[in-house]
Amino acid sequence: MAEQKSGNGTNGNGAYLIRGAAILGGDAADLLIRDGVIAARGANLSQTDTDAADGVTIIDADGLIALPGMVDVHTHLREPGREDAETVETGTRAAALGGFTAVHAMANSTPVADTAGVVEQVYSLGRAAGWVDVRPVGAVTVGLAGEQLAELGAMADSRARVRMFSDDGICVHDPVLMRRALEYVKAFDGVVAQHAQEPRLTAGAQMNEGEVSAVLGLTGWPAVAEESIIARDVLLAQHVGSRLHVCHVSTAGSVEIIRWAKGRGINVTAEVTPHHLLLTDELVRSYDPVYKVNPPLRTDADVRALREALADGTIDVVGTDHAPHPSEHKECEWAQAAMGMTGLETALSVVQHAMIETGLMTWADFARATSTAPAAIGRLADQGRPLEEGEPANLILVDPAARWTVDPSAMATMGRNSPFRGMELPGKVRATFFKGHPTVLDGSLNTPYRYPSDAAAAGTAAGTAATI
Amino acid sequence: MKHLLSTEDLSLTNAVRILDTAEEMSAVGDREVKKLPALRGRTVVNLFFEDSTRTRISFEAAAKRLSADVINFAAKGSSVSKGESLKDTAQTLSAMGADAVVIRHWASGAPHRLAATDWIDAAVVNAGDGTHEHPTQALLDAFTMRRHWTKLSGLPSAGADLKGMRVAIAGDVLHSRVARSNVWLLRTLGAEVTLVAPPTLLPIGVEKWPCKVSYNMDETLEHGVDAVMMLRVQGERMNASFFPSTREYSRRWGFDDTRLRALDSLGLKDTIIMHPGPMNRGLEISAAAADSPRSTVLAQVRNGVSIRMAALYLLLSGDTREPAATLKESK
Repeated sequence: MAEQKSGNGTNGNGAYLIRGAAILGGDAADLLIRDGVIAARGANLSQTDTDAADGVTIIDADGLIALPGMVDVHTHLREPGREDAETVETGTRAAALGGFTAVHAMANSTPVADTAGVVEQVYSLGRAAGWVDVRPVGAVTVGLAGEQLAELGAMADSRARVRMFSDDGICVHDPVLMRRALEYVKAFDGVVAQHAQEPRLTAGAQMNEGEVSAVLGLTGWPAVAEESIIARDVLLAQHVGSRLHVCHVSTAGSVEIIRWAKGRGINVTAEVTPHHLLLTDELVRSYDPVYKVNPPLRTDADVRALREALADGTIDVVGTDHAPHPSEHKECEWAQAAMGMTGLETALSVVQHAMIETGLMTWADFARATSTAPAAIGRLADQGRPLEEGEPANLILVDPAARWTVDPSAMATMGRNSPFRGMELPGKVRATFFKGHPTVLDGSLNTPYRYPSDAAAAGTAAGTAATI
Repeated sequence: MKHLLSTEDLSLTNAVRILDTAEEMSAVGDREVKKLPALRGRTVVNLFFEDSTRTRISFEAAAKRLSADVINFAAKGSSVSKGESLKDTAQTLSAMGADAVVIRHWASGAPHRLAATDWIDAAVVNAGDGTHEHPTQALLDAFTMRRHWTKLSGLPSAGADLKGMRVAIAGDVLHSRVARSNVWLLRTLGAEVTLVAPPTLLPIGVEKWPCKVSYNMDETLEHGVDAVMMLRVQGERMNASFFPSTREYSRRWGFDDTRLRALDSLGLKDTIIMHPGPMNRGLEISAAAADSPRSTVLAQVRNGVSIRMAALYLLLSGDTREPAATLKESK
C-alpha cells in the first residue's frame, strides 16, 4: 500500500514504533504502526524485530497513554456557507489537535446538507483536508424546515455513506415526522439524532430557566422542554423499533428518562457535551455571550447527574457540539449573540478534569465514551477499535500529567468562543495517528494524511487502498 | 461606585448615600434657578435603544441641572449589523469623550456589557435593561417611600432606611425590571416586600427572592400594607395566555375602586398607592385610585429628577465621600 509514501511529508517513512505507552491507561506496551495498521503490539518490541530497512521512527511514549482516536458525533464545521466561522480544513485541524480521528459534521450548513450532493461535497472536503475522517450528518428534513423528509436514502447510498441524520439546531418536533424518520432509517441501519427542544416552550429562550434567569431577566429555557421531547422520542423509537440518538443531553430529568428507556430495552443512545459536564448557569451572571449555548448551561445538580450518567453508561458518548462563531456574533448583547461554543481542542482536557480526576471514570471508560461508543453509533467500522495487532492505526498519545491554560487565540479553530478561556486544564494530546499517519506529533500539527486515490498520480495501483 | 448597573449589588451605604444626596438635589428643584455648576464641562450621553421619553427627559433634566453637556442618542431599531452596533456605538461615544453613558436597552444585561468590556471607559448608568433592572426607578420609589415613612415617624429622612415598612408590588413581575430592582433595593433598606401576581406572571425561581409571594390582592391588603406599587400590565400578554382577559385581570389583580375603599375600611389611612407609569387606567389601576390623595405618581416623577441628579453627581464627581458638603459649597 502506497499511501504513506504519497502523504507523509516531512516524516519520510511510514513506520512508527511507540515505546512504552500505557495502553488505555493500563500496562505499558510498544506499538508498531505500519501501513495504516497496528502491525505489532508487545513488550519491548525491538527495532530489529521490525524491518530496519524501513527506518522506523521511534516515539518515546514513557508517561503517555495510548487511546483509540476520539470520534466526535457532533461537530459544526460550518462549510459550506459560513467559511468566516470555520472551514473543513480549520475545523479538522482543530479536531486532530484535540485527539480526534473522526468527526461527524452537522447538517446545518448553507446550503443544508439535505441532499447527496452536499454530503458528498463535505465528505470530499474532509478527504482533501486529510486531518480526520469527516462523516457528514444528513438533515432529517428538507432545509431543516421540519416539514418534509429529506432524501435520506440517497444520502445513505452516496459516497459519504451517511448513517446519522439530524436537524441539529432545530428539533424535529412534529411527532408524525419524527416517527416516519425513525422508521425510514431502519432501511439502511441509520440513526436519528434528535436535538430535543420543544419549540413552543422555548420561544425566545436565552438561558436555563431557574433561579438565575429569574434574577437576570433573561427568558428561560425550561428543562421540561428537553425532557418532554426525549420522553416522546424514546416511546416512538420503541414503538417503531428503531435507533434513536439524543444529542447534547443537559438535564438531570433527561438522564432519568434515558435510564428508564434503556431499562426497557429501547435502542437509545445519548450524548453529553464537555461544557455541560463542567459549567453552570451561574456563569451567565456576567452576561458574557461566550457562555451562551443551546441547550443552555444548567445547574450544578444537572452537572452532577450528567457526570454520573456518563460514568455509568446511561449517557453513551461525549459529543463536543463544537460551534465556532465569528467574534462579532459574540461581542454584543447577550440576546443578540449566537449560541454555541468551541470544543474540539478542549474536549479531552475537560473530560479528564471532570470525569477522570474526580475518580468517576478510568481512561478505559474514556476510550469507550469518546471512541468506541461514538464509532458504533455512527457505524464507523475502522474507528473506535481496540489497540491490537492488525487493527486500523487510529490512535492518540496523551500526556495526562500536562497542565495548560486555555488560550482561544492560540487554537487551530477559527472560533475564539471558548468558555474555558483562561482556565488551567489537565491533559495534552501529544500525537494523533490517523490511518497510521501522524497528523499531530509532539503536540503540534504535523501533516495531513493523503488518500492514495486522491494523490497526484491518479493511475497508481494503490488507488483502492484507503477509500474506506 | 464606578457604574450604577443594578440594585442587586448596591450596598446599603451607597443606597442611603444616593437617597441623601437626592434630598439635597431636590432643594435645587425648588429654587428659582434650578441649576448647579457641579458637572460643568462633563458630557452625559443618553443612549436609548428603546423608546422611553419619560426616562430620557428625566435624565436629561437631571444632567442639565448639574450643568453637564447632554447628548441624546436614539439608537432604536438597530436592524443593521446586529450585535456590532452596541460595540461600535460605544466606541463612537468613547471617541467623542463621553464621561457618562445613560443606557436604556431592550436587552437584559446590555449595560453590564458596556461596563465589563473595554469598548468604553465612561461611567455607565442603567436606565432600564430588558426585563432585568431599572435601578434609578427603584431608587426614586425608595426615595418617595422614605419621605412618606419618615414623615409618619417624625424622624429626619437623611440617613434613614425603610425598616419595617410593608410594601406590596403587584402585577407583571415576570416582565418587570422595576419589580426586580425594587425587590433588591427594598430588601437592602429593610422593608418587607410582598409580590402579588397571577402565577403566570411570576418567574420560576421567585421562591428564592427575599420577599413573600401572594396570589391574592385582597388578602395582602387585609394583612396590612404601607405602600402598594402597581406595575404596568400589557394587554397583549392576554394573547400569550398569561391571563384569560383584561377584565379578569382587573378584577383579581388590579387596584380598583373597591380595593381603594377597602384601604379605608381596613383602617389603612396612611397607605400610599404608587405606579412607575405610564399607567393603564382601568386595567391595573382605576382612575379613582390613580387620582386619589394616596397616589404618589406625580411625586415619583418629581423625585426621579433628584435621584438621577444624585446618581450622575456621585458617579462623575470622583470623590463620593462628602457629597453633601460639596453641594453646599456650590450653592
